[in-house]
Amino acid sequence: MKDLPTVPADAGGDSPASPSNQVAPGKLMATLGIAGALAGLVIVLVFEWADPQIQAHRAAALRAAVLEVLSEPVSYQSLYVTPSGLSATAPEGVDTVTAEKVFLGFDEAGDPVGYAVTGAEPGFQDFIHLIFGYDPAGGTLLGMLVLESKETPGLGDKIFKDMNFVDEFRGAETPIVGVKQGRATGAADEIDMITGATISSRTVIEIINHRVEALGADLEEHAATSPRAPARPEPVPVDGAAEADPVDVTAEGGEEGS
Amino acid sequence: MRETTPREDLIRGIWKENPVLVQLLGLCPALAVTNTVPNAIAMGLATFFVLTGSSLLVSLFKNWIPSEVRISAYILIIATFVTIADLVLAAVVPLIHKELGAFIALIVVNCMILGRQEAFASKRPVGRSLLDAVGTGTGFMIAMLMMGTFREVLGSGSIMGYSVLGENFEPWIVMILPPGGFLTLGFILLAFGWWKERQTETIRVRQWPHGVASGEEVA
Repeated sequence: MKDLPTVPADAGGDSPASPSNQVAPGKLMATLGIAGALAGLVIVLVFEWADPQIQAHRAAALRAAVLEVLSEPVSYQSLYVTPSGLSATAPEGVDTVTAEKVFLGFDEAGDPVGYAVTGAEPGFQDFIHLIFGYDPAGGTLLGMLVLESKETPGLGDKIFKDMNFVDEFRGAETPIVGVKQGRATGAADEIDMITGATISSRTVIEIINHRVEALGADLEEHAATSPRAPARPEPVPVDGAAEADPVDVTAEGGEEGS
Repeated sequence: MRETTPREDLIRGIWKENPVLVQLLGLCPALAVTNTVPNAIAMGLATFFVLTGSSLLVSLFKNWIPSEVRISAYILIIATFVTIADLVLAAVVPLIHKELGAFIALIVVNCMILGRQEAFASKRPVGRSLLDAVGTGTGFMIAMLMMGTFREVLGSGSIMGYSVLGENFEPWIVMILPPGGFLTLGFILLAFGWWKERQTETIRVRQWPHGVASGEEVA
């Protein structure tokens, strides 16, 4: 059913398909152009409203994850991963939101408790994103939490639903080794893999090993400087460089890590 | 074609011409995200919002949209509402947004929505188009809820996360996996078809209580 109300019917009783009824290309383009511009405007307005909340949700999720894998530190600080090691300030020309970061937690006395490191690799269905706590002094893990995964419900999703598996990471020595169920010898580097979810659990183990391999030296080097918890952002940071971080648990928290 | 009454416009989509159960439209979300009741509700609401908003705008601007570019214009309008729904869900219910994932963006290509624009909203007054959209959206919601409840009860033993089948129930994992979606839809369509056939049969018996010789009659 053709509906061309915008075009005045020409005299002469022509059929709907006659050329005189065709709309000029300019008009077609203008229609879509105006509609597109209006749609864009509406979307931008909604985005302006929604984006701060979306970012806040992400920051809250990451903050909760960091607190969990470092066993509830009092505060934590974001450290940027640079070619020359970890840095408390963002390197020149790097977006602070998307930059690769690790998070250093502190206890009440202001002493470091460990680093939270994120990582992602393809699992069985899609990328598995996780975060783990790491203590460079003993090379041990402090905890592991899966941030995002689409692993098979009932099988692969046990990497975050099976608490026996998740708890095994606490105190494990890196590099960790996955062993089949029932073959464990009780060594500190062993993780019992999940029956029926071999690929998913192996991916979790590999992500941690690869990340420790890649960042372990940097973390050790940073830990050797015996970092202290940065002072809470008191009145105004005097130093201009310190304005973005120190990140504090109670303050802004931090952004999406990876 | 017989002209319909406003009441019929509203009622039709809810049951008699239910988009999922009768017209078999919008099956992609009906299969993909009905593994739990909350997901089904969120998807139903998002689709309802997009359908109603698009029908309103298409009906409002039908005289300004040249028919040569009408499909592009409808898609543009639909996509705008989908983007809004996507952003709002992400801002308000981030966990459900994460569960639904790409399927929110895929509402754009839900043929039920484009179908209502082309078949109805582009030719009727604004009020009628809204009634039709509300009816069709409600019908979609009902179908999503039926599937979501069936799948969550059998697949997780719960409704809205509250356990209903007790501790000893061993969940049928398959029901929350993709095959469960196909099985559920198949069973629901079967039951629906059986019910409709019985209705037709009842009408026939009422009209020819003593039976007829051949099968040529039409109820």
